[in-house]
Amino acid sequence: MDAKEIIARRVAQELRAGMLVNLGIGLPSMVASFVPDGLQVFFQAENGVIGLGSRPPEGMEDRDLTDAGGGFVTAVPGAASIDSAMSFGLIRGGHLDMTVLGGLQVDEKGHLANWMVPGKMVPGMGGAMDLVTGAKRVVVAMVHSAKGAPKIVPECTLPLTAARRVSLIVTEMAVIEPTDDGLVLRETGPGVSVEDIRAATTATLIVPDDLGRMSFD
Amino acid sequence: MKRALKPEEAAEMIPEGAVLLIGGFMGVGSPHRLIDAIVARGVGGLTLVNNDTCRPGEGVGKLIDAGLVDKAIVSHIGLNPVTQQKMISGEMEVELVPQGTLVERIRAGGVGLGGVLTPTGVGTLVEEGKRVIEIDGRKFLLERPIRGDFALLDARHADYVGNLEYSLTAHNFNPVMALAADTVIAEPHHIMPVGVISPDAVKTPGVLVDYLLERAH
Repeated sequence: MDAKEIIARRVAQELRAGMLVNLGIGLPSMVASFVPDGLQVFFQAENGVIGLGSRPPEGMEDRDLTDAGGGFVTAVPGAASIDSAMSFGLIRGGHLDMTVLGGLQVDEKGHLANWMVPGKMVPGMGGAMDLVTGAKRVVVAMVHSAKGAPKIVPECTLPLTAARRVSLIVTEMAVIEPTDDGLVLRETGPGVSVEDIRAATTATLIVPDDLGRMSFD
Repeated sequence: MKRALKPEEAAEMIPEGAVLLIGGFMGVGSPHRLIDAIVARGVGGLTLVNNDTCRPGEGVGKLIDAGLVDKAIVSHIGLNPVTQQKMISGEMEVELVPQGTLVERIRAGGVGLGGVLTPTGVGTLVEEGKRVIEIDGRKFLLERPIRGDFALLDARHADYVGNLEYSLTAHNFNPVMALAADTVIAEPHHIMPVGVISPDAVKTPGVLVDYLLERAH
């Protein structure tokens, strides 16, 4: 299993029956491939569909049915198409059970930065600020460090996506839960020790007695 | 009954410096023939309001390529390097707005509200220069309405009353923008006889639509 697959499989374990879930483009979208058998969840794409399905077979694309990255998708039976006001009403209004997004940095307060690098990259926030502000649970799915540079830091140096604390951070090395007391290491990744995680993290980590390990069937 | 315009007739109506609300999300649900006609006419100094600036050579990205846009009010520019380059060089102004805030600002402009209060952006760069209003102990940003001189919409079906029915993820900003401009021009994929679109399927009542674009031949 490569890093991204470990992350996607572990995030998929956070899914519960009946949830409405938004998956960001890129790595987070891989979570859809690891939904446990028989578990019904609805995926929302903020551009306007609840009940996002898999990629269509080649030649069977519908030009009016894409995900938030503009890629062609299908819709599952029971799907609904919605406009942007309804879509963000669901997101901001607390009707979205979980959002899974990528991150550039997360800090000890659980603040996320993921929408710009001043002077270098200004893609814009798209729907990320609304998603992090409004979803019931915010899960950050990202590789643990960027080419050796730590991403889990004492304090974000990049512009924040929201002032709200995220619910969970899942990397290929660790599952970390931001709390009132700070970042609590919940699980270690496959073949990774607490010391490995500490070496790749500049933020202070609290290691509880009941530290778990990621496990995959 | 609404008149169906040729694309070049529609483009002739748009003056230099107009504020255009254009439907679409990465080109899905954008009025492509209208965009092509505006590019062909070459009317400049425009303010573009859209979810994004699409990609170079596609959708509203064609207006950017042609140098017709002075200001873009959008949520995301990450997939259009031409926009990024014009923004950095100062050739074009870009106002980045969280997607859910953007749609509500347009809705406010369309439904007669003086603005909207949203928690999105509190404690981030988006807060700069805005009034923060506390209601029941929670902070909100006052976001101002957006209106356009023209709304240019994509729809799946129209009739000559002007009623519009949309398609899947091509709804996005179109139904909201239909309320928020002085002149509304819709580009339907098909124009149906009056009475064929079920009243329950009409998302934009014809009273809001001023002109249709004639069918493609």
